Amino acid sequence: MTGRRAGLGVAVAALVVWSLAPAVWQVLTALKPDRDITRTPTVYLPDPVTWKHVEALWERKPFGVYLANSAGISGAATLLSLVLAAPAASALGRSPERSRRTILRALVVLTLFPPILLLFPLYEAVRALGGLNRPLALIVPYAALSLPLAIWILERGFGQIPAAVEEAAILDGLGPLSRVVRIQLPLAAPSLVTAAILVFIFSWNEFMLALTFMTRDQAKTVTAGIASVSGSSMFEIPWGQLSAAIVIATLPLVLLVLLFERRIASGLTRGAIKG
Amino acid sequence: MRRARDRVRRRERWLPFVPALLLVTLVVALPILGVVLLSFTRVELEGGLVPHWAGLRPAVRLWQDTRFFGALRNTVVFTGSSVLLETLLGVGIAFVLNRSFPGRGLVRSVVLIPWALPTAVMALSFSWIFNDSFGVANDLLRRVGLAKEPVAWLSEPLPAMAAIVLSDVWKTVPFVALIVLAGLQGIPEEVLEAARVDGLGAWQRFRWVVFPLLLPSILVAAVFRAAQAWGAFDIVYVMTGGGPGGSTETVSLYAFQNFFRYLDFGYAAAIATHATLLAAMIALVGTLGRRRRGAS
Repeated sequence: MTGRRAGLGVAVAALVVWSLAPAVWQVLTALKPDRDITRTPTVYLPDPVTWKHVEALWERKPFGVYLANSAGISGAATLLSLVLAAPAASALGRSPERSRRTILRALVVLTLFPPILLLFPLYEAVRALGGLNRPLALIVPYAALSLPLAIWILERGFGQIPAAVEEAAILDGLGPLSRVVRIQLPLAAPSLVTAAILVFIFSWNEFMLALTFMTRDQAKTVTAGIASVSGSSMFEIPWGQLSAAIVIATLPLVLLVLLFERRIASGLTRGAIKG
Repeated sequence: MRRARDRVRRRERWLPFVPALLLVTLVVALPILGVVLLSFTRVELEGGLVPHWAGLRPAVRLWQDTRFFGALRNTVVFTGSSVLLETLLGVGIAFVLNRSFPGRGLVRSVVLIPWALPTAVMALSFSWIFNDSFGVANDLLRRVGLAKEPVAWLSEPLPAMAAIVLSDVWKTVPFVALIVLAGLQGIPEEVLEAARVDGLGAWQRFRWVVFPLLLPSILVAAVFRAAQAWGAFDIVYVMTGGGPGGSTETVSLYAFQNFFRYLDFGYAAAIATHATLLAAMIALVGTLGRRRRGAS
């Protein structure tokens, strides 16, 4: 029995190391002086710790602008996605069982298409409309691409509201809009939070559209801004600064996971259990 | 009263779907139609890069293009090996997380972190880890005595593919683990208890009781992951750019290059369309095969 417990302990420890090691390595690299970053054999711990790379980040590249762009675009996409998903999800919960299932299945199929399929026509459309480098060019696609997931999560939230509550509201003379605002949204609030977190993470992380639609430095999101440096030669890349950028760009996401792990997990597994 | 309510319901039935439907039409349905149409065109250089109708010529060119076959092979290798590894590892992790131990809540959060981080950004950090000269991967291998010479991770075909697969596994294994864990928690305790009473050992319980009940969750996770891996772009674009010598170029990346680098719009669309059709056909064959086996 103690052997099994020890085995479990080792497995858990290995799991934690595996999950954190790449991120921790970026933190260590970000805090190391330049000469230690490119030394062989590898120097593991930063000694002395330097904040030079973190400070330089705000001077050389418009890193603050990247972050603000990401926050604005992801926030707006999340809002738009929820505003459009909520009525659909709530109506879906009241639809006949067969059409409800068909629509939910169709939504899953939508998410299986590879993004490259949409990229070229979307790019042409955005360019033709003069939308390159405009936040809206990313907000609208992000909201649309997150809709299936948002509807799946919200449908369950709305579905858990008893029909009697809804009918009592109708009898009390509440119109469709005030029923949504005063009855459904408050009761479905937990699933709204779950959907919002997932849509926000998706939007923050998206790369392909951000890379191609945002050509000017001032318009880039943080994901595209950081990852597009890889084109230049390895020796030109200031790894200390880059690591600092990676750490700061991923910090909001780490916090979201640590705070909302249960919600994220329930949102992601929403579809898998019920098939 | 009842009639009034029915009227309200009928009107409300479709109205709530309209905004969402409109957006999906605009951003997903129309572009899919657009890319299919575009795949039948060819860009003429004179007259300013305007696509002209070319019928099946792009398709014929595609199926004679060795670089496309290379990309297809890379995509199959990448998808196959990363989904297989993720599934095995994900199932293992789910079993660990299903046990009770102190700090389990925190460990679950920590395990989920890789899933939430941007693929493109983490790909960059993995290209630092797998850096030929200064990467920590080589240093660790040397320290434990597995490699005397540093491995040229990202500049040799096989190590480059291995590095990309490993990075992808790191990033997506939490998703598989999460889905399988949910499936595992859905297995009623009585079923396991009954198996124990019947005298089944640990392995037999897994093989004949747990695994069959878990299979649907595993398949769902694998299908989602396979679809994503088939369209892999971020990780390859950032880590190798498809190199060395095209040995890690996926179909998505090849299509991307055709569009944005060679300005061969119609051909790029043909690559994306055919690669997707191929995946859909594989999925269809797989589903039918499973149905038939399920029926017999």
